[in-house]
Amino acid sequence: MEKKHRVQLLFCAGTSCVSSGSLDVKAAMEEEIEKQGLGDEVEVLTTGCNGFCAVGPLVIAHPDGIFYQELKVEDVPRFVEEYLREGRPLEEHVYQPPEEELPVPKLMDIGFFKNQMLVALRNRGLIDPEAIDEYIGRDGYQAAAKALTEMTPEQIIVEVKRSGLRGRGGAGFPTGLKWQFCSSYEDEPKYILCNGDEGDPGAFMDRSILEADPHAVIEGMIIGARAIPSHHGYIYVRAEYPLAIKRLSIALEQAREYGLLGTDILGTGFDFDIEIYQGAGAFVCGESTALMRSIEGKRGFPRPTPPRSVQKGLWGKPTVLNNVETLANIPQIILRGGDWYNQMGTETSKGTKVFALSGCVNNIGLIEVPMGVSLRQIVFDIGGGIKGKNRTLKAVQVGGPSGGCIPESLMDTPVDYESINKTGAIMGSGGMVVMDDRTCMVDVAKFFLEFTAEESCGKCTPCREGNTRLLQILTDITEGRGKDGDIELLEELAHYIIDSSLCGLGQSSPNPVLTTIKYFRHEYEAHIYDKTCPAKKCIALLKFEVNPEKCKMCGLCAKACESGAIEWKKKEVARINKEKCTRCRLCIISCPHRAID
Amino acid sequence: MARIRIEDLQKIKERVRSSRNLREGKYRVKVVVHMGTCGIASGAREVMDTLLELVEKGGHDDILLTSSGCAGLCSREPMATVELKDQPPVKYVDLDKDKIREIFESHVIGGALVEKHALAYGSELTG
Repeated sequence: MEKKHRVQLLFCAGTSCVSSGSLDVKAAMEEEIEKQGLGDEVEVLTTGCNGFCAVGPLVIAHPDGIFYQELKVEDVPRFVEEYLREGRPLEEHVYQPPEEELPVPKLMDIGFFKNQMLVALRNRGLIDPEAIDEYIGRDGYQAAAKALTEMTPEQIIVEVKRSGLRGRGGAGFPTGLKWQFCSSYEDEPKYILCNGDEGDPGAFMDRSILEADPHAVIEGMIIGARAIPSHHGYIYVRAEYPLAIKRLSIALEQAREYGLLGTDILGTGFDFDIEIYQGAGAFVCGESTALMRSIEGKRGFPRPTPPRSVQKGLWGKPTVLNNVETLANIPQIILRGGDWYNQMGTETSKGTKVFALSGCVNNIGLIEVPMGVSLRQIVFDIGGGIKGKNRTLKAVQVGGPSGGCIPESLMDTPVDYESINKTGAIMGSGGMVVMDDRTCMVDVAKFFLEFTAEESCGKCTPCREGNTRLLQILTDITEGRGKDGDIELLEELAHYIIDSSLCGLGQSSPNPVLTTIKYFRHEYEAHIYDKTCPAKKCIALLKFEVNPEKCKMCGLCAKACESGAIEWKKKEVARINKEKCTRCRLCIISCPHRAID
Repeated sequence: MARIRIEDLQKIKERVRSSRNLREGKYRVKVVVHMGTCGIASGAREVMDTLLELVEKGGHDDILLTSSGCAGLCSREPMATVELKDQPPVKYVDLDKDKIREIFESHVIGGALVEKHALAYGSELTG
């Protein structure tokens, strides 16, 4: 009876391949296959010339239909081990047909795409997030299967620790260590939570991951649950993300139908299920202890730590809380190993980071870069530089209301937790707002303080009253009521807030004020002492008068004005009629010569 | 759908790969509309509706029309990717219903890429 082989290897025995050594490779292959005891599974045959002589020796593997090129004797042991045993194709030897030349650029030649490295976003734009099979088609749930069958909880933790992955929510606590701490407590039940309460202005990383690849997050949670171990998880998503919630609900339902959630997952005896908890949109509920209280059905208030959540978290039980992006990295780490992940990044910050790049750049979007690239590379190589002719880069705001403004002079700062901290900003969850020369830094500080003062939960006095007071002083400065000593008062008050606030949000809320004072003190001084706004943003400090020395008589301001307040004739300096002027700033924005004060 | 076992993961993966692979599957062309919140906010639904209507009216059963999440470059949304059998995928940007109609007729049906609306061809490198 004819033997059925699992794999057929067809060696090209055309003249060209023979002269480049195909028969030696074939002999070595047969020997290695016998040695590894795969003789019954793999059949080795020869064929005639395939026509791709330039890349010989050639081997075609069936039934996969993979075309291997330039295979040498020394590649054989790895070929047998990786491909024949494990089923992983040797990518560097897989023949890629040359792409047809098309009359448009190649995607990977475009700076925005070329300079990115996709791990957490690896399925973006490629799969239908509402079809679980498409996720499985991209190796989905293989990592969960591996974690549930081939690894002990300890091994999972070791692998995640080895990867060097740190919390992508912003604080950067090592994920493997967090899992280890939680696993060390005996108390039961334990919980694993996913923090999708993305609240920073300008941040949309979590939303985008949940919308594009919800199963990656679910799989990450299954692996984490196995490690701790936990049998019940929650994904906390803000209600303002209806599409993310819809796709996540579909994904959870499909995973349950496949038995990837629920009891006896994949027949391994492990039980785990996930519920979605919709947050009502309070910023403070992104803080870990407040988030847990919110799930318990109470008002979202932080509590003092310790005890930390890994010991006494949700309902007083050991709890792990991981960010969406952190969890989306987990399956790849388990599948490809911690050592694969820690090859990317810097000494202390491994892997990649997702940023929501927005503001005054040409390319706005979601990017994923290896840790250690500079802010300059992000703004110019990926972001495509500053939008608009004659506009220049002033600062990059990193880390949202807890972060700070990093000035142009520090653009070579590498993106990693420690380097960003040194500037006075924080890595944060990944909001990155690029600001050009028209941005007033006092106004930016005021914007973030308006946010913090509004969102402060009110539990502790330093945050509730302190931030309100910071905002009052900033408002006075931008409206022309600034006085000598205000800068020093802001700094003093900021330090009290940092030192005495209860939770991380209060402790970091003055960062936007402190970094703008640190790097742009002259702008504060101009507002306070000269009563001018150098960026021409603060309306109370603007005169709305045309400077005849700078005016080029082009009339652009008159065209821009919607109130008919600008009188202009060809070859004449424009004049603003203050009775009609609504102080909307359209003329200032439209003037390329900065001639309106 | 029934509960799956570990060995089924590989089977599903192979099935998806072959059915989505234009070389082996029954489809001649695959069109993906990128429908994250960013895409939808800038008009991806209109693009999708137009495509659905065109596919249905023409009775094209060799076109695989599907949606996915954000492709990353939010400032050029709505975006769509057109992939013809034996050709690399082409990304179109800044779409509206007229542009997608033009792309459908020229590229999807006629096989001729619409250069003025295309950003690039090829795929992203994943880590």
